[in-house]
Amino acid sequence: MTIDLQINGVRKTVDVPREMPLLWVLRDTLGLTGTKFGCGIGACGACTVQIGGKAVRSCSTAVGEVTAPITTIEGLGTPDNLAILQQAWIAHQVAQCGYCQSGQLMQAASLLASNPAPSDAEIDAAMQGNLCRCGTYPRIRAAIKDAAKTMRGA
Amino acid sequence: MSRTSTIARRSFLIGSAAILGGVAFGSYKLYQKPENPLRAGPGQTVLTPYVLIDGNGVTIIAPRAEMGQGIQTTLAALVAEELDVAWQDITVMHGPPGAAYANRMLLEAALPIKDYQPRSSFQQAFEGILQEVPKLLSLQVTGGSSSIPDGYEKMRAAGAAARHVLIAAAAEKWGLAAAELKTADATVISPDGRSVSYSALAGAAARITPPGNPRLKARADWRYLGKSMPRKDMVAKTTGTATYGIDHWQDGMLFATVRMSPRLGAGIASFDAQKAKAMPGVKKIVDLGTGIGVIASNTWLAFQAADALQITWKDAPYPPETEQIFARISAAFSAPPNAVLRDDGDSEAALARADQAAVVTAEYRVPFLAHATMEPMNATALYEGTSLTLWVGNQSPVINRDHAARAVGLPTEAVKVVTTFMGGGFGRRGEYDFSVLAARLAREMPGIPVKTTWSREEDMRHDYYRPGAIARMRGVMGPTGPLVLDAHIAAPSVTRQSSRRLAGFATPGPDRGLVEGAFDQPYGIPDYRVAGHIADLAVPIGFWRSVGNSYNGFFHESFMDELAHAKGLDPVAMRLDLMRKVHMPSFKVVERVAEMANWTGKTENGVGRGVAFTYSFGAPTAEIVEIRQTAEGIRIHKVWAVTDVGVALDPRNIRAQVMSGIIFGLSAAVNGKITFANGEVEQGNFPDYDPLRMHNAPAVAVEVLENQSRISGIGEPGTPPSMPALANAVFDLTGKRVRELPLNRLADFI
Repeated sequence: MTIDLQINGVRKTVDVPREMPLLWVLRDTLGLTGTKFGCGIGACGACTVQIGGKAVRSCSTAVGEVTAPITTIEGLGTPDNLAILQQAWIAHQVAQCGYCQSGQLMQAASLLASNPAPSDAEIDAAMQGNLCRCGTYPRIRAAIKDAAKTMRGA
Repeated sequence: MSRTSTIARRSFLIGSAAILGGVAFGSYKLYQKPENPLRAGPGQTVLTPYVLIDGNGVTIIAPRAEMGQGIQTTLAALVAEELDVAWQDITVMHGPPGAAYANRMLLEAALPIKDYQPRSSFQQAFEGILQEVPKLLSLQVTGGSSSIPDGYEKMRAAGAAARHVLIAAAAEKWGLAAAELKTADATVISPDGRSVSYSALAGAAARITPPGNPRLKARADWRYLGKSMPRKDMVAKTTGTATYGIDHWQDGMLFATVRMSPRLGAGIASFDAQKAKAMPGVKKIVDLGTGIGVIASNTWLAFQAADALQITWKDAPYPPETEQIFARISAAFSAPPNAVLRDDGDSEAALARADQAAVVTAEYRVPFLAHATMEPMNATALYEGTSLTLWVGNQSPVINRDHAARAVGLPTEAVKVVTTFMGGGFGRRGEYDFSVLAARLAREMPGIPVKTTWSREEDMRHDYYRPGAIARMRGVMGPTGPLVLDAHIAAPSVTRQSSRRLAGFATPGPDRGLVEGAFDQPYGIPDYRVAGHIADLAVPIGFWRSVGNSYNGFFHESFMDELAHAKGLDPVAMRLDLMRKVHMPSFKVVERVAEMANWTGKTENGVGRGVAFTYSFGAPTAEIVEIRQTAEGIRIHKVWAVTDVGVALDPRNIRAQVMSGIIFGLSAAVNGKITFANGEVEQGNFPDYDPLRMHNAPAVAVEVLENQSRISGIGEPGTPPSMPALANAVFDLTGKRVRELPLNRLADFI
């Protein structure tokens, strides 16, 4: 059966089972590979996207249950038109292998949308579901704080 | 002659018979230039194996795999520094597999010598020969923190040679002397102000023979090297546009997964695939002998079909329970040691002589560990009857190519390997099992690309693990430091098992990997012995970030702390005393880290501090870990680290690598443990094997010194001292001595 989705501002119609995880619809059906597969059980955060502006684990979200617009890393900003958060990530040279960073960015974007000046404890609470095996956490924290400052116009 | 030379001479057999055989039969071949593997496309010119120029500018081949360590950026900087190209105009690619890209430093790590000591002329000559062998064996491998020592001269020379022929071509064009010409940002400039781009000169330049030993810039003139350069892969990795192996896309592709025997290496007794076969979208079920492959219309469906398979497995070729496995490791102590790579003085006699009550003894144990890269193992393959193409993140493209070719019955020339970005490697992607399985599944679907992705559980349960290991330590203290240190270490041999698997032969002779991080530490102890005992065990093991140093660093430095405390000595002051006359650069990293942390040897209530030092991969590295008791548990508050790489090519990236190595090591020390039941690995996903996360990762401060004369790599040296420094901090905080990892057995970490 066909399902209508709004992804990064574009309407897409897919013909997949309703219980198929959004992650695999994005990656295998639509070729949007910026969203990563890490664990399949919502334990690592690599697959994080936003649905209706809120960060969710796309590996554990059935596509048939999605009713709000979806934003993936491809919709956050592009190499030619970077989001403020991505600019901060680059300024701090956050990524190493980079595999978890799509999920980290989508989680951080969701945090800043609801909390323009997060404390360390609030950053910890929001980001602890996102694993990074390269250990880039200190730079992620610094980039989030910098981006928050820029977005506040401070 | 020093003891070290004696050992090296005796160990002429080190590497192996096969390596020596290679030298013997192929000495003429050793010095032949390997063929340039780059093929110029239309409008492209290849100047050296590392420089490709076309109408769009300069592409630098950085033939080491990018798994997060920033190597492609620093290798590009080495070439660009001499070639003279603007940073933003450089394109970097990994390039094809090729003997020209062999890692010449790789086998040096097999030499059973202590890196901190100056080389004798005999050792230097032997190293010279050894450095040529990888070319013959096509050892294009990313690992051993060796890419920078390997590339430091040759990548700069490649840039300088290319610039030389470009200038020569311009000189010819203008009828001027080359010495009169200058370059700036990929352009040659004449004294009267004319200029011509490298792109326009490339065709003519390719007909000029490049110089063998071009002159390199003095360090004072460096423009990129020694500076923190923006990484070439940063924008792509921040926008989801970097393509990892798992992201490779081919129109019309199918998606597959594997369900391999959880009893590693054991075959299938019987299986029933009826239910899986009946699922709509499942294209094919493939019997792989030691597992089953499922090819389907998407990855999710392939995972589900794999779950629906009913398979009965044969028994594992190793003892099925963790305790039995460790009993096998422990049994290795009863056989004579394989490698006694340090034997200063006479520790046996000294121990016999000593007051037995004053002999400090301890037994340590560390578990098997998984790599758990963020990107699970995967590869995409296209089999077309007479050819195979693989798109795969890997640390060893020639090895992957050759094994995939064999698996599908094609000559190696018929197999093309495209090396992608890797979502972590840590040694795991030096293997080739993911390529072989993908190739075998693709062979079932000729003409159709097949992407094979492992589930997280499949990845964690089919690793080449960091082996479990046991150490038995004895020591006798004098008034200011140890008089005797006697270490016996038992573990299965990563070197032997992996060389048999990857290169087809088992290395005889003493196994340095078994004792590295313990035998090669710059401490002056009068009676000092380090012996390695090889355990006979068929559990698959492999290279895990810092390899033998990852456990020997813990054994050696935990015991140094025990010795210091046995005599009430400050563990920093004791180490400084032992290093002062042996290796000044090591002395200085310990001294500096103590300064950074304001080390006093005293901590207030509720705070614990530990120090550790490991000389690994040529980089002496000292770390201090501070932990704090909170109501919820122990928090790792802060880590200070100092390392010495000789020449710091990219300071920011070096600091990032040390921080990364520390968090990787602390993750293992706190939670990392792979255990076996019924011959199967018990851990499957991150909740069973959880690395540190944002909320429990410490702040890390890193400084980089340059007191050493040799340049070293830095992907691994941050890891070994982190684990003992944490364990020593736990002792300082709680009074409990940690002799077994992980630490979550003893305390809650938050």
